[in-house]
Amino acid sequence: MRWLFVKDLQILKRSPLLVGLLVVYPILIALMIGFALSSPPGKPKVALLNEVPTGHGQLNFGNQKINVSKYASQLYQSIDPIKVNSRAEAIAKVQSGQAAAALIVPASIVSQINSLITQGVGNPTVDLILNTKDPLERQFADQAISSRVAQVEQAVSKQVLQVAVTDLQQTLNGGTLKFLGQAVPLLGLKNSRAIVQGTIASLPKSSPLLPALRQVVNFATLAIDGLGFATPVLSSIGSPLTVHTVNLAGKTTPTDSYAAAIAVIVSLMFVGVLLAAALLALERSEHTYSRLVRGLVTPSGLLSEKIALSACAAAAVTLVMSALVSLFVHLEWGRFPLWVLTLALAGLAFAALGVAIGGVAREVSVAALLAFLISLPVAFVALVPGDAVSGTLKTILDAVAFVFPFKAALQAVSNAFSGAAPGIGWPLVHLAVLTLVFGALARLALRRFA
Amino acid sequence: MSIDINTGERTATVAARALTKRFGARIALDRITFELYPGEVVAIIGPNGAGKTTLLSILAGALEPTEGEVVRAGDKRFGWVPQEPALYSKLSVAQNLRLFARLERHADPEQAVARMLAQTGLQDRADEEVSRLSGGNQQRVNIALGLLSEPPALLLDEPSASLDPRQRERLWEFISGLAGHGTTVVFSTHNVAEAEHYATRVLVLGDGELLFTGTPVELERAVSEPVEVADRDALVGDLETAFVRFLRERGH
Repeated sequence: MRWLFVKDLQILKRSPLLVGLLVVYPILIALMIGFALSSPPGKPKVALLNEVPTGHGQLNFGNQKINVSKYASQLYQSIDPIKVNSRAEAIAKVQSGQAAAALIVPASIVSQINSLITQGVGNPTVDLILNTKDPLERQFADQAISSRVAQVEQAVSKQVLQVAVTDLQQTLNGGTLKFLGQAVPLLGLKNSRAIVQGTIASLPKSSPLLPALRQVVNFATLAIDGLGFATPVLSSIGSPLTVHTVNLAGKTTPTDSYAAAIAVIVSLMFVGVLLAAALLALERSEHTYSRLVRGLVTPSGLLSEKIALSACAAAAVTLVMSALVSLFVHLEWGRFPLWVLTLALAGLAFAALGVAIGGVAREVSVAALLAFLISLPVAFVALVPGDAVSGTLKTILDAVAFVFPFKAALQAVSNAFSGAAPGIGWPLVHLAVLTLVFGALARLALRRFA
Repeated sequence: MSIDINTGERTATVAARALTKRFGARIALDRITFELYPGEVVAIIGPNGAGKTTLLSILAGALEPTEGEVVRAGDKRFGWVPQEPALYSKLSVAQNLRLFARLERHADPEQAVARMLAQTGLQDRADEEVSRLSGGNQQRVNIALGLLSEPPALLLDEPSASLDPRQRERLWEFISGLAGHGTTVVFSTHNVAEAEHYATRVLVLGDGELLFTGTPVELERAVSEPVEVADRDALVGDLETAFVRFLRERGH
């Protein structure tokens, strides 16, 4: 088998383009992933027309003023604004593709909000104009703006509620009201009740005023209880729910290292599967298979050599790639032996899949194409989140992901990179079993070779 | 397997006993029996699909028979020269020879490489990539690989198919030389004239059956039509016509 190994290496050495692709491709992928992960997310260009006159972006609510314009800066965090001066210019920017969307804030927005807050009337509206030519860009801009508008909306409503709660507390407990620059003392319900109760105590029991005063005390008590209850209720409306996250499965995979694991496994898959499929198909297209298996090498020995060589090449290339990715993303170098182990086992499983593919192809080009056509959907299926689909489709996708090495390899490698759950044991056993299964399928396919 | 295949007069290099090969429902070879002797040059002829390549592949050990057996004298592997050059086109001539010499566990692979380069006249092309060689030179390397282990029998599947007349002439000189040194040479061909000129014996296959075994002259004489002896004598020297008539008479 040693001489077959040497022979295949000599063939690879004489195919500099192929070897170059095998080395350069994963490195390029690594660099792209690294830059993508280390760069901040992009912002959609949005034409912004603010028709609210300068100095008029203020809400008057009771004796409080809320400056709405300060919340606009929050919106700019998610978009790259292009300031425009008219609605027509905003639409032109979107139509020409210079902006993915246009956001138009009408001059009446402040009065609309005021009207809604003070009278409960109206529906304050901003216009969002989207370019429908590119559906992905459209979705990106829509989501970026909508989510940020929702945050602004929540922030404003929280501010309004805060004002309402302060006023309620003053009504309840008393305080000082600023009116026309003068501080006017506000008695408050509790103080009022105390005064009335003091008056009742000072009156003779036969006083005709007592029934009326007791009614006032009862009303004040009911009002105090009711408003006392309303205050925490109003406070909670601003942020009614808080999500407290508990991870049951132990340490979670950081998104960055999970993305790095995906990049590494995609490269491992392509190198392992394509190389193994092509090297085996080469024996057929060069007509050397029959010569080899005439007692020089057993078919199983030949398969083992192809699997071992392809797995070694794939693991070596992706180890270098992992090291490069670690310049951008935190990967635990302390777990390096596990990197080697998981990449080697995953490489074996992918290479076994490759020889199974190479076993059914007559030519190298067909084997490579078949390997590519099978690998892509295998990766795609394994990356579909479990909850994204339901019912029969989920069962089918789970089954497909189970019978190919991608998912198990991804679990094993992301664990090796970060120690994240699920554990590494079962994925490695799974990969070993898949290596044997695909190796056996390749052996069956070789019967057609002779 | 090593058993006595001495027929009493001489020892056969190989004996095929009731060889049958089925591919699914199709019978490629049907109970073929014959023996081959040292120094013989045997041509296997027959129409397309007669089973020539299948028979050679089984003799070479590249294919297992469904039934029957191939008995070889001694335990040396036969040389095998498939129809398409079975070479690594990305490797050089010497690298191809060296690889197979090592796989055949030659005691001195470098000596075997040098010997075959000299024998095939390819010394000056030793380091050239096989893909850059002409079809004729690729066939020479293909034959050299078959001869690396100095086999008692050399099996060639349509060896001259891709060669020009000059290369073909050299090939047959080379093969005649091997036979002269006692190597059994078996080749399949569509070129009946080649069989007539170079073979000492022909095996005629038709639809997987062995229809005839004997010398070319015996095949010419085996044709029954036209019935007159004089006409039959006129066929002598025209093996191709005799071969076609022979097949037609037997419904092939």
